[in-house]
Amino acid sequence: MMTIDPVTLAVLRGRLEQIADEMDATLFRSAFNPIIAEAHDASHGLYHAETGETLIQGKSGLPVFVGAMAFAVKAVIDRVAQSEPAKPGDVWIFNDPYEGGTHLSDFKLVRPFFYNGDLFCWLASVGHWHDVGGAVPGNYNPSATESFQEGMLIPPVKLYDGGEYREDIVKIVMANSRLPGSLYGDLNGQINALALGDKRLQLLLDDYGAETVSQALDELKSRAADLMRSYIADLPDGRYEAVDYLDNDGIVDAPLTIALAVTIAGDAMTIDFTGTSDACAGPVNISRSTAIASCYVALKHVFQDAPANAGVLEPISFVIPSESLLSVSAPKPVGGYTETILRVIDTVFSALAAVAPERVNGCAYGTINALSLAGHRKDGRRWVMFSFFGGGHGGHPEGDGLNHGNAPISTATIPPLEILEAAYPVRFTQWALRPDSGGAGEHRGGLGAVYEIELLEEEADAFLFGERGRHRPPGVVGGAPAQANKFLYQSNSGWDAPAMTSKMVGLKLKRGQRVRLETPGGGGYGPAANRDAAAVAEDVRLGYVTEDAAAQDYGFRDDMGAR
Amino acid sequence: MAQGSYLVGVDVGGTFTDVFFLNQQDGSFAVAKTSSTRSDQSLGIRTGVAQHIDDLSEIGTVVHGTTVGTNALLERKGARMGVITTAGFRDVLEMRRRDRPQTWGLWGGFEPIAPRDLRLEVPERVLADGTVHMPVDLEAVEEAARTLIERGAESVCLFFINAYANAANERLAQDAVRRIWPNDHVTASHEILPEIREFERGSTAGLNAYLQPPVGSYLKKLEGGLRAGGLEGELLIVQSNGGVMSVDQARRFPVRTALSGPAAGVTAGAYIAAEAGFPNVITCDMGGTSFDVSLVADGETALAAQTSIDFGLVIRTPMIEITTIGAGGGSIASVDRGGILQVGPESAGSDPGPVCYGLGNDRPTVTDANTVLGRINAEKPIGGKLDRLDVAAAKRAIQTHVGDPLGLDAMEAAEAIIRVANARMAGAIRLVSVERGHDPNRFVAMPYGGGGALHVGALIKDVGLSKALVPRYPGVTSALGCVIADMRHDRVETLNALLDDLDITALDKRLSAIARDGAALLQKGNTAFEGVETQFELDMLYVGQTHTVTVPLDLKFDGATTGVMRDGVRAAFERAYQAAFGRLLEGIPMRVMNLRVAVIGKRPKFDLHLLAPPEGGALADAVQSERALYVDGEWRQATVYDRLAAPVGSVIFGPAILEQADTTIVIEPDLQGRVDPFGNLIIERKAA
Repeated sequence: MMTIDPVTLAVLRGRLEQIADEMDATLFRSAFNPIIAEAHDASHGLYHAETGETLIQGKSGLPVFVGAMAFAVKAVIDRVAQSEPAKPGDVWIFNDPYEGGTHLSDFKLVRPFFYNGDLFCWLASVGHWHDVGGAVPGNYNPSATESFQEGMLIPPVKLYDGGEYREDIVKIVMANSRLPGSLYGDLNGQINALALGDKRLQLLLDDYGAETVSQALDELKSRAADLMRSYIADLPDGRYEAVDYLDNDGIVDAPLTIALAVTIAGDAMTIDFTGTSDACAGPVNISRSTAIASCYVALKHVFQDAPANAGVLEPISFVIPSESLLSVSAPKPVGGYTETILRVIDTVFSALAAVAPERVNGCAYGTINALSLAGHRKDGRRWVMFSFFGGGHGGHPEGDGLNHGNAPISTATIPPLEILEAAYPVRFTQWALRPDSGGAGEHRGGLGAVYEIELLEEEADAFLFGERGRHRPPGVVGGAPAQANKFLYQSNSGWDAPAMTSKMVGLKLKRGQRVRLETPGGGGYGPAANRDAAAVAEDVRLGYVTEDAAAQDYGFRDDMGAR
Repeated sequence: MAQGSYLVGVDVGGTFTDVFFLNQQDGSFAVAKTSSTRSDQSLGIRTGVAQHIDDLSEIGTVVHGTTVGTNALLERKGARMGVITTAGFRDVLEMRRRDRPQTWGLWGGFEPIAPRDLRLEVPERVLADGTVHMPVDLEAVEEAARTLIERGAESVCLFFINAYANAANERLAQDAVRRIWPNDHVTASHEILPEIREFERGSTAGLNAYLQPPVGSYLKKLEGGLRAGGLEGELLIVQSNGGVMSVDQARRFPVRTALSGPAAGVTAGAYIAAEAGFPNVITCDMGGTSFDVSLVADGETALAAQTSIDFGLVIRTPMIEITTIGAGGGSIASVDRGGILQVGPESAGSDPGPVCYGLGNDRPTVTDANTVLGRINAEKPIGGKLDRLDVAAAKRAIQTHVGDPLGLDAMEAAEAIIRVANARMAGAIRLVSVERGHDPNRFVAMPYGGGGALHVGALIKDVGLSKALVPRYPGVTSALGCVIADMRHDRVETLNALLDDLDITALDKRLSAIARDGAALLQKGNTAFEGVETQFELDMLYVGQTHTVTVPLDLKFDGATTGVMRDGVRAAFERAYQAAFGRLLEGIPMRVMNLRVAVIGKRPKFDLHLLAPPEGGALADAVQSERALYVDGEWRQATVYDRLAAPVGSVIFGPAILEQADTTIVIEPDLQGRVDPFGNLIIERKAA
């Protein structure tokens, strides 16, 4: 095979990335639901014609999709192999999480890209829809024991057949959602994004020729593999272990173990989850494809210039026990997948801390805290306020962790409270940093937050899907863990906490009653004893750390600091 | 010389202060260039002005594009600033919108502009519908203000939740603080931005308070100095929206100067190109570390509603939309572990700068590649800081860091660097044109700043732009923009109502009142206008969406009414939505989020023919020498011209190099340049 010249390769990489980025941007701007529009819980890319492997993916989409989308495209390729070949103008739609990864809320659209009559690659779009049916508005149902309680499941079917729009499919999907208008708007945004990608890619291939672009894609994959091998080769050989826990599965109040051993041998890495708990009754299971995708996210946080390309995974082998928590099949519930993948990422950070302390950071707050309040207004209209809440990032080699950041699996921003108050009958009574929530360390973990919300309507139901209520976000390299997640609600008898700590379904609230979420900070980096005394005093003066906590964690005395 | 006959534009950049003098009596002009004085920019300005005018009473108007505000933000050198806010919400400014600096890597940090002990809470609360849930406790407000003064705050920002819906509490608190605050530096969020979204409003208002002391004292010093020199005319400041405001307004609203300097450049670009017959232009400003592009369609600059100056420093006021990528002359070329050539965003800046500067950097930059390829004159570097450039060192660095890893020789590697840099710049141009639905073939590129004209040929070819226009004096574009800019006042207010429920009479009253206030503000100074234009826009969306579409309304304010109608608004939204996304959504109600009004006082324009080269002369006289230029794998002899000596109508065929004091223009072998009647150089493909 003729090799492509280095300049054309560099130029084409930029052009291809720009196409994927533009697909992301067009969906973000036109999406209906804030989970896509504001939280960027969506992704677009180009995938290999035969294998479905990720070739190029947009830089602004949700990080976890970078690994997961390849499985989604593969699912369509397998489907096509069983029936007639793909033709121009086809678009598949589905949300099957066992084939395509993640959870039912994520609808994938997959479209073949033809050039001069040949299948060149696939284009795909995924977006988190606001409501896909099931028992709980917004689909974070901590009491689900089968996917049927989490929402509708659509296998790969054609949304467009040779350019013909299949309205019957859209009607089926819309009939299964509490918010069909929102779904319809998002679906249109995804269709437009794929059409745009097709148009841009046609122009690029016109400019450079299919042969050259195809060589560039092959070359980018082998370069990505080389790059990852060179990073792995820099690490000393050995076996590095970490273990972490989920509080419970929402059904049975018992901890679930995620055990990881990372083995480095030359330029190869094995990621082995042997020892992880079996699949559980509740919705914190994930499929194998999701587990691999989340390891990819963790590695990309540690090795930041690894591209969004399948080649990165080439030197890595995975051992994921089948029918464990991290490799389930239908109909095991997977709706709370975010909690489990955050924990997988934490174990990767913790394991790598032993071998590459200069590259890692303390674990971030580690829970998505999907909180929804839902009810009916006086005129009977249904309202659902659904949002994810933030927490602290871990301390790192260069400094303290970020206060109130977004989860490592996402680039989501939180909606402004003024937007929430304008749209829903609630009043926030507090929106603040949570003192002492960051883990102590030479570089302290960032602070989590306190959100307190009062109901202004007669009544509402509250739902929460969170984690880290018992097992705190660990520090690394001797740093201390952060504070645990804490959720409280007002009842007639005062403040109460849910039995499952951070998971709760259909709690009844009355006008004037409040819920209060105190989120974890990030874990510390390095031993607290090494922290600069002036930094401790400054933390106390500014109220990031209380005097008592400073005394306990750092041996702080009132006469030590700047006061 | 008569009193007040000069109009003076002043732009202060990182290295140079440029002054453009227009004699309004006889139509003559002059330019002055002097080193910027970093510690007190007003010194450099006075030096620059004095190069041409001794008696400042001869000046009618000074218009100034400033970077004092921008620098204070980037270097975090604003005031010690306090915040007084609603109980429960003092951390909003530090919590941002729960984001992080980079997608990949979790090592970010953020230092808020107001430290936590200077953010105090007071009892008060307004609800989203404007109801006062709890009246403001004014004693607590005074107590908070006194505490802030004790703790050394120089300025204060009042920022109450839902003040966009009802500013009553915030206004009362502001009055109370004013009574005891020792200076004028009291900002309230509702007067800066009465728009929903607490972080964006609070951040914008907070940054205003942060900038008031440094920008205020700078402007006071500048005005004092100019007045002491005899200036009786007025001093105007360029805003980020490309319009000017009075110096008093600038002291009150310094946050509106955050992009003052770059905005003046784009304003000039739009005018120069339109006069030359190109109303569609993409301005390209290439400096040491960045490449800034801005799109002008049909003579109108594009405005963005919001920008981030740095992570977490959000400013939400209308400003000229400038897209920046990290690709400048100082951008470093490297080969990553996977063997892929990268250019930028890491930069050697101007100190130590490129390898060829010999100031200690040994990693090759874009400027090094341009030098090795003969595109830059190594014997006569621009800027005058250095005597000559070290070509051999640049070549060695390129061989070591790019050539060897890629298996290329130094010349091939240098060309590769330029091609990858060009591709990144082309990407930025595609972002503002193709991605916004504009056909690049209808646009010309207008390079200015030190390096733009070196790369513009490739941009024509890579993106498919029709032509490039190099203005006659690329180095003073921003100063020229100051002279050209109109006076402009923008106002944004949140409505947040369904179109079907909107009280149209009330909307008309509100729009009319803002238009009237804006016109009154224009009349306050002594600035002469040729006319006043009022533009009305709404931010709208379908119910359920969160991102808005800007909807221009075709309304005329006649002094009493705007004549706004519900059906007209609906039709305007559908036009705007269709243009942005293609498909309209049937049966979904529309919501009006914000109203936007711009009141523009049109200042008299000057005739750009003034800048043209004198009549007569021959192109042959402009020829200076020949230089070897490496293009497409071979050395070619390029004719070197003195750019300013080339007469109107000259046609110069590539390969050619045109040199002037602050810019080098390269015309590649397949391109040609033509000097138009204004002295601009129009570069296009050679006629077949």
